[in-house]
Amino acid sequence: MSGRTRTIKVDTLARVEGEGALYIKLAGERVTEVKLKIYEPPRLFEAFLRGRHFSEAPDITARICGICPIAYQMSAVHAIEGALGVRINPAVRLLRRLFYCGEWIESHVLHVYMLHAPDFLGFQDVIAMAKDHKPIVERALRLKKIGNRIVSLLGGREIHPISAAVGGFYRVPTKNQLRELVDDLEWALEASLETVHWTATLEFPDFEQDYEFVALRHPDEYPFNEGRLVSNRGLDIDAAEYEDHFVEQQVKHSNALHSVLRGRGSYLVGPMARFNMNFDKLSEVAQRAARQVRLTPPVKNPFRSITVRSIELVFACAEALRIIREYEPPAAPRVKVPNRSGVGQAITEAPRGSLYHRYAIDEQGLILTAKIVPPTSQNQKRIEDDLREYAARVATWPLDEATWKCEQAIRNYDPCISCATHFLKLTIARE
Amino acid sequence: MSSKGKRKPKVGVFKFASCDGCQLSLLDAEDELLGVAGAIEIAYFPEATRAVVKGPYDIGLVEGSITTHHDAQRIQEVRRQCKTLITIGACATAGGIQALRNWKDVDEFIRVVYATPQFISTLKLSTPIAEHVPVDFELRGCPINKYQLIELISATLRGRKPNVPSYSACLECKRKSNVCIAVARGVACLGPVTQAGCGALCPSYDRGCYGCYGPMETPNTASLSSQFHILGQSNAQITRDFRGFNAWAWQFRKASEEYEHK
Repeated sequence: MSGRTRTIKVDTLARVEGEGALYIKLAGERVTEVKLKIYEPPRLFEAFLRGRHFSEAPDITARICGICPIAYQMSAVHAIEGALGVRINPAVRLLRRLFYCGEWIESHVLHVYMLHAPDFLGFQDVIAMAKDHKPIVERALRLKKIGNRIVSLLGGREIHPISAAVGGFYRVPTKNQLRELVDDLEWALEASLETVHWTATLEFPDFEQDYEFVALRHPDEYPFNEGRLVSNRGLDIDAAEYEDHFVEQQVKHSNALHSVLRGRGSYLVGPMARFNMNFDKLSEVAQRAARQVRLTPPVKNPFRSITVRSIELVFACAEALRIIREYEPPAAPRVKVPNRSGVGQAITEAPRGSLYHRYAIDEQGLILTAKIVPPTSQNQKRIEDDLREYAARVATWPLDEATWKCEQAIRNYDPCISCATHFLKLTIARE
Repeated sequence: MSSKGKRKPKVGVFKFASCDGCQLSLLDAEDELLGVAGAIEIAYFPEATRAVVKGPYDIGLVEGSITTHHDAQRIQEVRRQCKTLITIGACATAGGIQALRNWKDVDEFIRVVYATPQFISTLKLSTPIAEHVPVDFELRGCPINKYQLIELISATLRGRKPNVPSYSACLECKRKSNVCIAVARGVACLGPVTQAGCGALCPSYDRGCYGCYGPMETPNTASLSSQFHILGQSNAQITRDFRGFNAWAWQFRKASEEYEHK
């Protein structure tokens, strides 16, 4: 029995964004091989951004991901503004945080309810889940719609919004337009608190890992667009130093590059990393919700990320309400940005984790080089490390159950394969 | 078989090279999702479900462009499995932003992104689905408009022609009573040659249209290009204007190449 070789194999990973596969080879209870294969075809963004004008970068890089286009727009505009020495209006800074709140709400609700929860409750998908849990799914849809409403108001539409610009926005909302969101957001805040309590009642495998958590940290606020990149193992750097500490490696079985910390290996970005590194910066209502469900840092069980995401949902709703109360429209929607040369880097917190962009720009404003490191390529190696540990625990289970649990372990990360290729097919091998 | 008339139509959602945004539009139709799911059988949709119902399918929705040998073969099988095949979005209908490689050396592109280029297998061109298999309807947009998608699914199920206009974005602007930013302020706007569908979003947000919905039915790109020239745009800039998310659509392709070689 102990020497038996089995294979867990998933050819098309479901309920993830993009295309990937999983292959795990087991000899008895020992895992001999784990490959997270990303076969999403490469689209080569960093190559064709060269020669485009910097003003086009937010529109073009948004198209890397239909689920988190704002993340791409935000990393792009901040990196370029850094390169060109642009200072934005404080009201624009606030609006960009609100824009990100909208994307976090929309993306986190999609993942918590529609992609991840069906695993915990034993459904193939949210539509099947809706038959037994209709009020819960209806709550999800209404919540998601509110996130999308914020995005559409600021950006024109939910997917690939059109108003983010280097220097600000093409158009900014009036105070009254934002106030119209308040009733919905007050409902959303309550619904998010219910989400935290609901996800906390799900069953979690006893699985804790020793992670290096990497996230932005800002002195005054839970991070979106600014801060230093820090970790629980002493990392504390500016975006400009990113490439001195992180290196992308190519592996044969994947079209997505693996990002590792030099000399240390895999690390984790995303909601768990942000929560563990920035708990003190969460709004009071989000901290209280976390304490009520006894979830305080350090959270080391990746299956519990569903509750962490829900706590971030509470934060995003509370933060959106705060911003709307404070907002005074800027004198101009954006500052003028003349053509000049420069190099700039930025890291912002996409729903799935930190997203790094670097641009070098020439004196005509054209992009010379671009580098983009999405959250899923950073988590890819860590997902494989989790699977190496976790697959051993389910090695003796019936193959279909083991396969489903391994898929769930991958979905803990809300992987976005479309982003990472710039991800997933599961093969568990056993004979 | 008496139960046959009640069988729900089987719908499959297939992805090729893309950002996932167009298929996400279905999940973003929050008010309609449960209704749509009640009217059809979602038989294949990996982004949303683990369950896989084998083909054939009544409707296949295809997102993404063809960029690999493997995908060029896969689309043939998808076509064989789908009674009605609908392509959704600029990648599937025009090759997408990744078609920018079509004017460049793709091997050089791969070397820019990957340290070991020999592990990467990709085609020299990113091409729309219709260049590979017959397509029954092409739904434009980067991203598509979710209401147009729902209209298209309903029309297909009822066997009627979908109400998806092919006139220009200018008409949507006029209907919204927008002041024309091109005429009034000299902003370069692709609206006159771009198909409607977004609701004239960019001009409504004080910027020129950048062509997400691709060329309208009979676009006069030459006239618009010379207008851009008058506004002070360089040839290189005019080339870039047409080389966006629908760059490989033949009308935009022709317009960009004219100015590239001027």
